[in-house]
Amino acid sequence: MSERERIQKQRSERASETSSEVTVDATKGDQLKADLDDLLDEIDEVLEENAEEFVRNYVQKGGE
Amino acid sequence: MAIAKVLGIETEYGIAGGPDYDPITSSSIIVNAYAQQGRTRINWDFDGETPEMDARGRVDLTSFAPIVETHLANTVLTNGARLYVDHAHPEYSSPECRTPLEATLYDVAGEEIMRRALGIANDSLDPAAAITLYKNNSDGKGNSYGTHENYLVRRDVEFAHLVRAMVPHFVSRQVVIGAGKVGAETEAALEHNPTFQLSQRAEFFEEIVGLETTLKRPIINTRDEPHSDAERFRRLHVIIGDANMSQSATFVKLGSTALLLAALEEFGPVSFPALPRSPVHAVRAFARDLTLREGVPCDDDLSRSAWDFQDELWHVAKDYVGRTGASAVAESDEVEFILTQWREMLDGVRDDRDAVADRVDWVAKLRVVNGYQERYTLRDQDAKLRAIDLQYHDIRPSHSLAQRVGLRRLCGDVEVREAVHNPPLTTRAYFRGQCVARYPEQIVAANWDSVVFDLGEGPLQRVPMLDPLRGTHELTAELLETSTTANELLDALDR
Repeated sequence: MSERERIQKQRSERASETSSEVTVDATKGDQLKADLDDLLDEIDEVLEENAEEFVRNYVQKGGE
Repeated sequence: MAIAKVLGIETEYGIAGGPDYDPITSSSIIVNAYAQQGRTRINWDFDGETPEMDARGRVDLTSFAPIVETHLANTVLTNGARLYVDHAHPEYSSPECRTPLEATLYDVAGEEIMRRALGIANDSLDPAAAITLYKNNSDGKGNSYGTHENYLVRRDVEFAHLVRAMVPHFVSRQVVIGAGKVGAETEAALEHNPTFQLSQRAEFFEEIVGLETTLKRPIINTRDEPHSDAERFRRLHVIIGDANMSQSATFVKLGSTALLLAALEEFGPVSFPALPRSPVHAVRAFARDLTLREGVPCDDDLSRSAWDFQDELWHVAKDYVGRTGASAVAESDEVEFILTQWREMLDGVRDDRDAVADRVDWVAKLRVVNGYQERYTLRDQDAKLRAIDLQYHDIRPSHSLAQRVGLRRLCGDVEVREAVHNPPLTTRAYFRGQCVARYPEQIVAANWDSVVFDLGEGPLQRVPMLDPLRGTHELTAELLETSTTANELLDALDR
């Protein structure tokens, strides 16, 4: 299973979990966790695919 | 008496990509792309730039002044800002603003200007050579570039008092306004192997006081280049700050610093907390201490954490506001907003971080880094975590993580769009920006304290603007509106 597929699977599992739980008894902590999960899903979609290369290639000259 | 805290921020943006990957070429492409699309191709005038002047009243021979490069792309915008290539980065220097909230707006306008410049530049480049820009301060490999604040200060405030009063703030304010960093990159910090630091910049500081900005960076920079009447004014050039993506952080950074400078002018340094015995050790140790509880020994034999310093400094600012109203900094509702935001962010980083993840950059970033690490069981050193750090600062809406973490916004879209084009009304930036907008053909150069006209015959004519609080809308709007040409303007100024 590729990383992408794994993420998709986790995402759909989480989506079904949260939809049943949150409405019943959403404590503040659960809500924060759910918000963070949504955010991490979103970040997965935009984060540079090849992080290693992206980070390695970002080299700046000092400034100021 | 405290004087009006005229202020602004200059930001060097990180740059990647471009044809041949040369950052100087790419930076020039960015600046020229923006300059050529408007009527803003006015050169910067280097007269009055004296970066070698030392505020301590003598030139310090052990440190070298920065080199002013005169051959690179350089322009003045209709909003009164300067957009140029500094070393190997595109830099936006905001116009002089009258209040912290206004300076925040013009910093955000700078981001929008960079975003537009990037769009124009990339439209003309092969997609493989597209440029990207980052509002951050380091590359994770030991190279840092700056976000500098400037504050107008009374000349007769003793420099030693500035050091005495402001060092505690500059070493500790990172607990509220640090932009956060995954890992470390200098020898001194790597020794401690931190997984995360509060500040992008803290580990790069090596001296307490000095003239340098690129090597042996000092906590207090002594560049004495007032860009105004040197008899009356000093410009405190603050190089120890992170580029913030959170507008609230930018606002509290400017607001807290302006209030403390005004408090110093009003009452002297007596009520400020004692200096840490080793400020350089303190700024670095505080950056690594995510508990915010680690104290450092101070000159009064007490131990203070960064949080303790900020708590005491907040009370110094509150006391100043209570006793004077702080009109030198802003009107009362804005001053109140500085104090409440600063307080909430300070209490939040200690007691309830989730409650301030919408305002404190390092908290917002760390929340994502930790969440991601946990989700995929990543090592501390995983490149993905460093990629999150970097991409937090990407200015493209399609890629920016900062735009996705739910940061509160203080500036509306409409006012940002207006600030891209129009100058602040209550400083000399108004006159500069209006001249650039109205008489672009007759202006050959401009800088912070003058505009130079070429009327086609006779010598060039320089209009000096030595007082940052003159050249305002109130004082010059009628003159500008009734002068349809630069000749008419200069005739009227002569009368």
